[in-house]
Amino acid sequence: MTATIARRLLAAIPVLFGLSVIVFLMIALIPGDPATAILGSYATPENVARLNASLGLDKSLPQQYLAWISGVLSGDFGRSYALNRPVIDIVTERFSATLLLAGASLVLATVFGLLAGIVSAVRQFGFADKAITLAVLIGISVPSFWLGLLLILFFAVKIKLFPASGMVAIYGGGGPLDILHHLVLPAITLALVATGVIARLTRTAMLEVLRQDYIRTARAKGLSERRVIYRHAFMAALVSVIPVIGIQAGFVLGGAVYVETVFQWPGIGAMLVNAISQRDILLVQGGVLVVAASYVLFNLLADICQTLLDPRLK
Amino acid sequence: MTAAAASSRDDRSSGRERRERPSTFALILNNRLAAAGLVVLCLIVIAALAAPILPLADPNATDPASRLAPLLSPGHLLGTDALGRDMLSRLVWGTRVSLVVGVSASLIAAIFGSAIGLVAGYAGGRTDQMLMRLIDLTMAFPYILLALAIVAILGPGLINALYAIAIVNVPFFARNIRGITVGLARREFVDAARLSGKGPLTILWSDILPNVLPTIVITLSTTVGWMILETAGLSFLGLGAQPPQADLGSMLGDGRKVMFTAPTISLVPGLMIFLIVMSINLIGDGIRDALDPRLRSGALARPAFRTKVAKGRRKADTDGEQEPLPADAGGVGLDPLPAGEGGNRYPPLPCRASPPQGGRSPSVGLSERSISPLEGEMPAGRGGFQGRDGDDVASDRNDNPVLAVRGLETDFHIGRSVYHASNGVDLTIRRGECLCLVGESGSGKSVTAMSVMGLVPSPPGVIAGGRIGFKGEDLADAPDRRIRELRGGAVSHVFQDPLATLHPLFAVGDQIVEAIRAHQPLGKRAAEAKARDLLDLVRIPNAAQRMKALPHELSGGLRQRVSIAMALANDPELIIADEPTTALDVTVQAEVLRLLDTLRRERDTAVLFITHDFGVVSEIADRVAVMYAGRIVETGETAEILTRPAHPYTRMLIDCVPVMGEPERRLDAVPGRPPAVNRLPPGCAFADRCPRVQPDCREGEIPLETKRGSLEARCLHPLGPGEALAGGADPLEARP
Amino acid sequence: MTPPSNVIEIRDLARTFGGGRTILGTKKPQLTAVRGVSLDLRKGETLGIVGESGCGKSTLARMLVGLDRPTSGAIRLDGKDLSSSGTRALARRVQYVFQDPVSSLNPRQTIRDILEAPMRHLLGLGSKERKERLEKLIEDVNLRPEFLDRYPHEFSGGQAQRIGIARALAAEPDVVVLDEPVSALDVSVQAQVLNLLDRLKRERGLTYVFISHDLAVVESVATRVAVMYFGEIVETAPARELFRAPLHPYTNLLIRSAPVPNRKRQKASGDSGELPDPYDPPPGCPFAPRCPRAEDNCRAAMPALEAKDRGKDHRAACFHPLSRR
Repeated sequence: MTATIARRLLAAIPVLFGLSVIVFLMIALIPGDPATAILGSYATPENVARLNASLGLDKSLPQQYLAWISGVLSGDFGRSYALNRPVIDIVTERFSATLLLAGASLVLATVFGLLAGIVSAVRQFGFADKAITLAVLIGISVPSFWLGLLLILFFAVKIKLFPASGMVAIYGGGGPLDILHHLVLPAITLALVATGVIARLTRTAMLEVLRQDYIRTARAKGLSERRVIYRHAFMAALVSVIPVIGIQAGFVLGGAVYVETVFQWPGIGAMLVNAISQRDILLVQGGVLVVAASYVLFNLLADICQTLLDPRLK
Repeated sequence: MTAAAASSRDDRSSGRERRERPSTFALILNNRLAAAGLVVLCLIVIAALAAPILPLADPNATDPASRLAPLLSPGHLLGTDALGRDMLSRLVWGTRVSLVVGVSASLIAAIFGSAIGLVAGYAGGRTDQMLMRLIDLTMAFPYILLALAIVAILGPGLINALYAIAIVNVPFFARNIRGITVGLARREFVDAARLSGKGPLTILWSDILPNVLPTIVITLSTTVGWMILETAGLSFLGLGAQPPQADLGSMLGDGRKVMFTAPTISLVPGLMIFLIVMSINLIGDGIRDALDPRLRSGALARPAFRTKVAKGRRKADTDGEQEPLPADAGGVGLDPLPAGEGGNRYPPLPCRASPPQGGRSPSVGLSERSISPLEGEMPAGRGGFQGRDGDDVASDRNDNPVLAVRGLETDFHIGRSVYHASNGVDLTIRRGECLCLVGESGSGKSVTAMSVMGLVPSPPGVIAGGRIGFKGEDLADAPDRRIRELRGGAVSHVFQDPLATLHPLFAVGDQIVEAIRAHQPLGKRAAEAKARDLLDLVRIPNAAQRMKALPHELSGGLRQRVSIAMALANDPELIIADEPTTALDVTVQAEVLRLLDTLRRERDTAVLFITHDFGVVSEIADRVAVMYAGRIVETGETAEILTRPAHPYTRMLIDCVPVMGEPERRLDAVPGRPPAVNRLPPGCAFADRCPRVQPDCREGEIPLETKRGSLEARCLHPLGPGEALAGGADPLEARP
Repeated sequence: MTPPSNVIEIRDLARTFGGGRTILGTKKPQLTAVRGVSLDLRKGETLGIVGESGCGKSTLARMLVGLDRPTSGAIRLDGKDLSSSGTRALARRVQYVFQDPVSSLNPRQTIRDILEAPMRHLLGLGSKERKERLEKLIEDVNLRPEFLDRYPHEFSGGQAQRIGIARALAAEPDVVVLDEPVSALDVSVQAQVLNLLDRLKRERGLTYVFISHDLAVVESVATRVAVMYFGEIVETAPARELFRAPLHPYTNLLIRSAPVPNRKRQKASGDSGELPDPYDPPPGCPFAPRCPRAEDNCRAAMPALEAKDRGKDHRAACFHPLSRR
C-alpha cells in the first residue's frame, strides 16, 4: 500500500513540472515586449530595464526557466508592480480564504450530491427521482454569478439573514462564527453546480452497478435491500464517483473566481480578476501556479482514495 | 434477460420491426422536457437571428433622461439601464453575441478536440502517450483558471475569451473521443477493415469516425450550454466583451453596479443566460438519451428486489379454490379437492396427500379451451397446466417434490412489445434429484430458473402467471421477507460467470461470511471458521489464505468453487445453477461438474441445472427438460431423452452438435431460427423448422403428454424409439 | 507420392506483451503469449489448433494474418518471410474469420460496403466487377442478395457469421484462419456454419486454420491438429490419430475432460490444478505441475516437440509420453 502511494506521488512530479513550464511560458507567450506589458503604466525605461534584468529576459528560455523555478521553490514569485508587494505574500493571504470557501463548497457538494444521487437511483422514476433530476438540471444551468446576485438580493437585502459581501464584519468581526456567517451564501452558490454534477453521476453509477451480476448474487444470498444498496452497490459506485469529486474540486476552485467577485470574498479568484484587468502578470502567474499545484495535489489524494477502495487499480 | 436480448435481436431482421423503431428525432420529441427545451431555444434563436429586422431601439443609443426606467415603461418594455439604453433591445442583441460566441467556441473545441482524440486513440503507442500527456497537463489546471491565464496572456476581449473557452474545452473532447476511439480501435470490425486492405486514414475516416460521431454530438450537446455560460462569465468579470460591445455576461456585470437600486437590469440578462443554458441542457439530455443505445433500450432501469408479480396473475380457477402445491406432509393445511370437479380446469399438483386420479383427462379439457376462441375471458394459461398422469404415479413412488412450478409465465415488457420468455412452464424436482433445463439461448431456460426466486430483473420482467411451489408454498405469493429468508437459505444459486457474479471489491471470505450470517445467528469468528470449512469442502487449496483473496486474484475455476461454497453455506434444499460451467475451460469444467455432482449427492440436495450442452447433461442430470420458445417441449429421464427422444426438436438439437469420438457423423443443422417470443405462431412453435410438420401442428395448443417410457413431449407426430429424422430440408438450402 | 507442399511455414514464432522498463527504471511486467512455435500449414488441409483460454492460440492466429506482429520468428508464405510486412501483404492471401460475428461487422456500414472493401482495396476491382462478384458471393454463403443493403444489426448471429465468412472470401485468399468461428453461435446454428465452411473449402480449394477450444468441433472438421498449452505446441498429429491415441498427457486430459452426451465420466483423478502464472513461468514443462506422469527432468527443462514412436507426423513435446492404449 505504501508502495502504491509512493508510486502515485512520484507520478505527480512530472505533472507538476509540466504545470510549472506552462505557467512559466505565460510570460514568454505575451505578445510584444513582456516587460512593457507587465509594467503597463509603470513602464519607465528604468523599470523596464530593471525588470528585464530580474526576469533574465536576455537569457535563453531554459536558463530563464531555471532561474525562475529556483526562485519559486525558495518562495520568490517576483513582485506585484500594481500592489508593490511580493507576490508570495499576497497569494498566501488570498489563497487561505479561497481554500476555506472552496473546501466548504466541496464538502457540501459531496455530501448532498452523493445523497441526492443515491435517493434518485433507489427511487428511479419515482417522484423523488424526478424532483432531484429537475433540480440537478436547474443547478447545473444556473450561472453562479447570477445566482449569487439573487441570493444577495433575497437573503442579504430583503430578509437580512446573511451579510451581502466580505469574509468578516467590518466592525468587531473575525471570529469563527462571524466567518461562518459570511461563508453561507458564497459556499452554497459555489457548491450548486458541483452538487448537481456529483448527484447526476452518482445516480448513473448506482444504476449501472445495480444492474451488475454481483448485485443479483448479493440478493440471491438473501441479504437485506439496505445492505445490498448501501454496502454492495454504493461501495462499487463510489469507486467511479471519487474521480468525479476530484474533477469537481477543479470546477469549484475555478468557479470561486465568480463567487468571490460577486460576494467580494477576499480570495485568490477575485485577486486574479483584478490582476488580469491591471495586467499584473507576475501576480497572475503566482496565483495560477499555486491554485493549479494545489489542485494537482487534491487529485492525487482522490486517486489514492480510489486505489484504497478498489484494490484492482493497484 | 437472455431471452429478451435474443428475441429483440431476432426481430430486427423483420421489416415490420424496423419500421416500428422510432427515429432519433422522434425520440427526442417524445421526451417532453427535451421538446420544451427545443421550443424555448428555437424562440430565443429566432429572436436573436431576427434582431436586425425587429422593431427594436438602437441598443447603444444612450438617453440619460430616461435612465433606469422600470419594467414595462412606455417605449421600454424591459426598462432602461444606467445609461438609458433600451434593455429589450440590448437583451436581444446581447443574446445574439452570446450565442454566436458560445457556439463558435464549442465548435472549435469539438473539431480540434475530436481530431486529437481520434488520432491519439487510433494511433496508440507513442503518439497517444504524447498527446494525452499534453491533454492531461492542461486538465491539471482548474477549469476557469486556465481560461483566465489565457486571457491574461492575450489580454481581455471577446474574441480572446472565445479562444480561451475553446482551448480550455479541447481536452474535454479529446479525452472523451479518445476513450471511445481506443475502444473502437480494438474492436473486431476495425481489424476486419485492416484485413480488407484499408489504410489507417481510410479506416479512421470511414470506419471509426461514423461510430464516434454520436459521442461527439452527445459531448457537444452537453457542453454547448456550459461554454455559453463560461463565455458570459468571462464577460461578467470584465474580461470578455468590452464596451460598447455587449453580450449577456457584460450586461449582467454592468447591471451589478446598480444592483441595489435597479435589480432588474442585472437579473434580466441573467435569466436569459439561464433560459438558454437550461434549454440547451434539456435538449442535450434528450439527445444523449436518444443516441445512447443503453439508455435508448431502457436498459439502465434499476432491477427491483424481486421480480414483479402481475396483479391479475393467472394461477387459479375462478371459484377462488386453489389446489395445494405439493408439499412435505403437513405443509399446507388445505384439503385437496377431487380433480375435475366444479369446473376446476387445473390438474391437482402432485402431492402425497392428494388421492390418485383415475380416468381423468385434463389435457382434453385444456385443449378444448385453447381451441375455442374465448375472447372476453382471461385465458387460463399458456400451455402449462396439462395433465401429468406420469407424475401421479411418480408421486406415489418418490419423495415429495422440493420444487413444483406450475404454468409459470414470465413476460418481458420492452417498449410496447411483450415477450413471453417463459410461457407456461411446469417443473418438478424432488429431493436429491438433478433436473437439467436444456435449450438454446432465448429459449427461456434462464428466465424460468431465475423466476423461481424472483431474480428476473424487473423492469422489464413480470411474472404474469402460474405458481411457484416450494415445498407447498407458492413463492409468487410469498411476502418479500419470506423470499429473503429463502434466498441463500433453502434455495441458493450458482451463476455463470464467477468474475462478474462475485463482488469485485470484497474478499471472497467476507462474501461467504456475509452469506452465512444473513441466515445463521453466528458471530464473526464462527462464521469465518465455517467459511474456511466450506472452502475446504469445495477443495480450494490454502483455504485460510484464500479467504482474503479478491475475486480477480483467483482463477476462473477457483472463483466458481467459491460460488459453490457460498451456495452451500446454509445447507440449501435446492440449488439453482445457471450455466455454472459454461464460462470455464473444459478441464476446469470437468472438475467443477464433478465437484457439484459429488456434493449434491452427499447432501441429497435438489439441483436445477441450466445448460445448452448435452455432454454436460449426461454428466450430471437425472432428468432433462428441453425448452423451446418459452415452453418445455420434452421431458424425461436423461438416458432415454439422449438416446431415444420423442420430440423432433430434441433429436435435432442432439444431432446438430459434433460429438467426440464420432468425427464422421454428418451434422444435421437445424434450418431457420426460433420464432420471436412476442409473436409466437399458433400451434407448435417449432413447426416451421420441423421436418415432420403436418397441417395439424399449426392449429391450437399442443399439450405436453406422455409418449413412451418416462418421456413426455409436446408433439403430435413424435418419433418412435430410436427413429432418426428423415433428412429434413438441406439446411444449406433452407434460406433464412 | 510427393508430400503436399507447405503454404505457410512458421518458425520459432514468439510474441511478448508488456516488458521494457518504466521511466524510473523498474521492470514492467512481461507476458509471453506465444513462445517459439514452429508449424507447417499444408496446402488443402484443415489444421485444427486446440487449447484452453490463455494458451496463445488467438495470438498465433492474429500473427498469421498480420493483425499482430511477432516479437521474433518468421512466418513464410510460399517461402517468403512476411512476418513483419503487416496486414496488407498477408491479407491478399490469408484471411481471417472472427469469433464474434456481430462485432466484426461495422454497425454503421451496409453489408455491401463491408464486402466491397476487400475487392476494392486488395483486388482493385472496378464497380461493375464488384457488383457481379458480390451477388455471387452472397449467394455462396446462402444469403439473399437483398441483404446487401441492410445493416449488421438486422442479422442474427448465424447470418452475421456467414457475412463474416463472405468478407474473408471476398479477397479470394488461399488460406482462411478461423478463430473460434462457431463458439459465439447457438448450437443449432453451429452446424449450419460448419457445413457451409466445409462446402466452401471443397468448392474453392481453400486451406483452413481452425482454432477452437471445442474438441468435438475440431475433431469433426480438422485433418491435422496442433494442441497448444501455455504458448507452446505440445502435440501435433493427424486428427484421427491424435484423438484416438494422444501422446501428451495434456492432450489426454483435454480429451477426457470434454463432456460427451451419453458418456458418464469415469470417477477418476483428482483435480489437476491450475495454469502456471504467465508473468512468472516455471522452468521446464509448464504442464508438469498438473501432470500425473511428471518426473524431475520435466521440471528442469522443456522437452522439444519431436516425433515419438508413431511416425514422423505425430509429434509431442513430452519426456514421458503415453503409450498406445
